[in-house]
Amino acid sequence: MTVFFNEISRRLPQRRDVLRLLGASSLGAAALPLFAQDAKLPKLVTVSGAITEVVYLLGAEAQLVGTDTTSLYPAAARVTPKVGYMRQLSAEGLLSLKPDAIIATNESGPAVVLDQVRSAGVKVEIIEADHSWGEVQRKVQAVGRAAAREAQARELQVKLDAEWGQVQQRVAAAAGKGRKPRVLFVLSHSASPQVSGEKTAAHSVIGFAGGVNALGGFQGYRPMTAEAMASAAPDIILTSTQSIEAHGGVDRFWQRPELALTPAFKKRSLITQDALLLLGFGPRMPSAVAELHEKFLAALA
Amino acid sequence: MTQRFTARAVLGGSLMLLVVAFLVGAVSGAYAISLPQLWNVLATLGQGADKSPEHLVFLNIRLPRLVLGVAAGAGLGMAGTLMQGLFRNPLADPGLVGISSGAALAAGVTIILGAWLWPVLPRTLGSWTLVLMAFGGGLSVTLLIYGLSRSEGGTRMALMLLAGIAVNALAGAGLGFLSVMATDEQLRSLQFWLLGSLGGARWSAVLLVAVAVLLSCVAARSLAEPLNAIALGEAQAALLGVDVERTKRRAIVVTAVAVGAVTATTGIIGFIGLIAPHWVRMVAGPDHRVVLPASALLGAALVLAADTVARTAMAPAELPLGVLTAFIGVPMFLWMLRRFRGRI
Repeated sequence: MTVFFNEISRRLPQRRDVLRLLGASSLGAAALPLFAQDAKLPKLVTVSGAITEVVYLLGAEAQLVGTDTTSLYPAAARVTPKVGYMRQLSAEGLLSLKPDAIIATNESGPAVVLDQVRSAGVKVEIIEADHSWGEVQRKVQAVGRAAAREAQARELQVKLDAEWGQVQQRVAAAAGKGRKPRVLFVLSHSASPQVSGEKTAAHSVIGFAGGVNALGGFQGYRPMTAEAMASAAPDIILTSTQSIEAHGGVDRFWQRPELALTPAFKKRSLITQDALLLLGFGPRMPSAVAELHEKFLAALA
Repeated sequence: MTQRFTARAVLGGSLMLLVVAFLVGAVSGAYAISLPQLWNVLATLGQGADKSPEHLVFLNIRLPRLVLGVAAGAGLGMAGTLMQGLFRNPLADPGLVGISSGAALAAGVTIILGAWLWPVLPRTLGSWTLVLMAFGGGLSVTLLIYGLSRSEGGTRMALMLLAGIAVNALAGAGLGFLSVMATDEQLRSLQFWLLGSLGGARWSAVLLVAVAVLLSCVAARSLAEPLNAIALGEAQAALLGVDVERTKRRAIVVTAVAVGAVTATTGIIGFIGLIAPHWVRMVAGPDHRVVLPASALLGAALVLAADTVARTAMAPAELPLGVLTAFIGVPMFLWMLRRFRGRI
């Protein structure tokens, strides 16, 4: 008998060898994390595309057990279990993924559901979305804390701060030279287009990139009307790639009667960017704002 | 199958459906709780020592939701029966004649304009504000519809339906206007009313609704016999010694309390008030002494069944309940219409 058991135990390490081989090959390393989670690392659910991006940047994707439907980048985030739209979460649904922490912005809800999840003993990290650079930094910090990767998070914060500083310098340098473009942000993922007033993500991003929001005097989003657009007199129309797709192309978009009386229409001055990249306030924000700034300059030239 | 079922069979059957729906709802959900675990949770109830995740999920999230489902379904089923009996019209339903949307509009006004219109109110009434406002909205619409559709010799069906359609349109416009005025935060709360969901079930709110529905069901019991008499015509009912006006007033208040309390907590859940009483009448006949309690039981079973699908079909995400009550209820209802065509 003992000989038999010895024989078996001598053969068993084979499995470990296989795992080691898999771990060594890059393919295995990419495929494994979903299954071979380190039991000690906290498991996360992220509710906001930008927060999910931070998780991937910190290399914590193996700890990710669920994301919301706004988490579309990187592509791998699309195939994670989806907890639904960020504003219509379900308490049992969240808990069924057995996360140790849920990281969300204060735009997520309903509040009752988050309370229920909290009362079931799951840590809920809420990041205030105030459309500032601080928001991006708080997201990195919160993910680092929740994922037990604080050192990596600090590194990322320093790197992002440096990038952001450069972008801000460039924008400030350009601001002294000429007038700021008047920019109108149009969101039309459904039939009726909305334009952004103050206290919106688009308002802040336009300012960061060296432009002026062509609309003021109201907060949030309003339906687009022809006369209001004419009086706003935007030099540039800014919109999301998704809005152009919803319209069926750039030509169709310009056919909207509301836009016909704007300075932007004469020069067909349109800038499109991915909605999550443009408005997400995620770690790609410095490059997104830099790109937007370049496009502003090009449009005015 | 020309024989109608006895009252006992119908009540027993509805109760059994409710018990089955409750048990299925109790063991299914996004969070897997096995039967032994559930037993463990129930067995250690009240000891308070063990706080396993299953314990917390079941007692704080799933159970209040099930109780809210029972209360909402019972309230809507019972209110639908009362409305149909009162108007002597098979189309009357708290949703169709605009009571639900009246309650939702009042709730919307409270959410979005409450702090500005009447700042003292939320401070004095607290979390009851919304429930009372929704109740008030439901009651005013009921009175309005009732007043408009009354003419000599009783209520007129065409008037009632037109008034209901008008009120629904007005409430829709009001909610649309409010959504333009609303901040993002308020818009989210408002959206909740329009979709209908049991997701906001917290024990404090659930107990409130359960008490309101229970009281209105108790009050409705004494209305069964007068409503049976009114079914013969209001003049005949008066000859039989029924105080017709008093019966109507009480039925209106009971309906508004039940629908107002339910809608205030869950938003608009359609079709239950229409389907449950019809389904019962098809198998049990028109006696309100049977139809009232059986519709309450069946309405509760339907809401629980729909909510179980809402919770599990897309887990870990969730479907809106209002969509599912229609998806589940309407095909069943159409099948019943075909099956028991001769009895409508």
